[in-house]
Amino acid sequence: MHPAVSVIFFTVMSGAGLGMIFLIGLGFPVDASAGWVFLVGVVGGGLSVAGLLVSTFHLGHPERAWRALSQWRSSWLSREGIAAIATLILFGIYVLAWMATGKRYPVLGLATALGAALTVFTTSMIYAQLKTVPQWHSRLTPLVYCGFALGSGWLLASAFGTHEAPEFWGIALIGLAWAAKWMWWARASRARLADAGSTPETATGLGFIGKVRLLERPHTGGNYLTREMVHRIGRKHASRLRMLALVFGGVVPVLVLAIVGLSDAPGLFNLLAAISMIIGLLAERWLFFAEAEHAVSLYYGHR
Amino acid sequence: MTSLPQSTEKRLGLVIDLDTCVGCHACAVNCKEWNTGAGASPLADTDAYGADVSGAWLNRIHTFEVTPENAPAQIVHFPKSCLHCDDAPCVTVCPTGASHKRSEDGIVLVTEDICIGCGLCAWACPYGAREMDPVENVMKKCTLCVDRIYSETLAEEDRIPACVRTCPSSARHFGDFNDPDSNVSRLVAERGGIDLMPEMETRPVNKYLPPRPKTRPASKAPSAAAPASVPKADGFLGWLDAALDKLG
Repeated sequence: MHPAVSVIFFTVMSGAGLGMIFLIGLGFPVDASAGWVFLVGVVGGGLSVAGLLVSTFHLGHPERAWRALSQWRSSWLSREGIAAIATLILFGIYVLAWMATGKRYPVLGLATALGAALTVFTTSMIYAQLKTVPQWHSRLTPLVYCGFALGSGWLLASAFGTHEAPEFWGIALIGLAWAAKWMWWARASRARLADAGSTPETATGLGFIGKVRLLERPHTGGNYLTREMVHRIGRKHASRLRMLALVFGGVVPVLVLAIVGLSDAPGLFNLLAAISMIIGLLAERWLFFAEAEHAVSLYYGHR
Repeated sequence: MTSLPQSTEKRLGLVIDLDTCVGCHACAVNCKEWNTGAGASPLADTDAYGADVSGAWLNRIHTFEVTPENAPAQIVHFPKSCLHCDDAPCVTVCPTGASHKRSEDGIVLVTEDICIGCGLCAWACPYGAREMDPVENVMKKCTLCVDRIYSETLAEEDRIPACVRTCPSSARHFGDFNDPDSNVSRLVAERGGIDLMPEMETRPVNKYLPPRPKTRPASKAPSAAAPASVPKADGFLGWLDAALDKLG
């Protein structure tokens, strides 16, 4: 699949922002001065809003994006849009009320947290629902998206909050998220198109005669399908990118957390861990798209 | 609404005969022509007369080589357009309701002016039946020539999809699969029509008729790899043959 930069940016950024919103909504301790609460609101909400806005860049008609809110009965993309907007509105009210009264409203917070979790889940289901991409079509996909959102969200929240020893929990959450991703990668290597039962023989129905091979493409040039779904250039550096994802997304954040936790450094240094993890997740998300095989590639002689 | 109808009154679709298709691309060309000049927005190309031409097509002809175990390879031309699936995944993923399946005749259509061009329907389709229009930035797909088949101004014989009308080898047939006596239903029954990628559980309406078995020589040694027996030479060539044999 073609790794669209806007979608990679969106899923990573809004994932981190929504992870942070989830934790704040659940009552993650934050120093209650109005200015600081405002900053927390800007970081959590800002990342989510920025991600949402960037995601409209890949639309053919961004000005019609509002129409995407209508089909929640059947479409995960529609559900995601609704969940994201509802969560951001709830979070806005929660933060404003907190700033105005100096108190946190747990019921409102819980609703916000639920909305944030639902939003990340619906995002992941957009990919997990697709039978045409067997590597995505798995329950592990929502697990990975939620795991990374929670991990990167925790790092952000711990940088701005006053949680007791957040570094320990941060390391645990990063470990769990990467464990889920490791399982996802292990499954993905066994979930190629052929493993799902799709081959050039089933694609053409000609398997009863013999082995099927593409002799000639419909046109000599590329087309939307080959650019979008038979995209293979992004796989060239797969192993190096995987290493980068692990180093920046896992090793560096854990090291930063360990140093901050063991020294007297202020928790704000955890922001470095969050930034590093986000960089690593951008590489992870690139591979999520670039390495995925789409069924239509069987008609174009590729995998 | 992008939920799928439980059932449709008619199930209009195509039968494509892989035995008679000669791979001339006339159906694709006529499809492009009709859908560029018809009611909806043109089916656009970019750099149409330049070096890097690319564009949206609703019908594309692939050519496959099929190699049986003990026989020479054969060529199969393979036209591919929307299969108007009963369980069309391109419909349910659509966030706007632009992508829909009609309950009256089962045709899968895109309402162009509410399509946001997100491309998710093209991801959901295993067959590559949907292509983004590079100028209009909305998703395009086969309409089964909905503007021809119900036309009241076209001549009677033209009220079929452009690809079917133009096919010089009658490899394409149009009809209602809900009617067991229709031409398409009978063809599928007689020739054993097949679904593409049944494992994707899309339940395509369009069916493909497999190539008929090749007539092969009755001999027992049909292996493509085995060298043909060389006729025995006599005279000078016979002596040369024997002499070279002796050389080892």
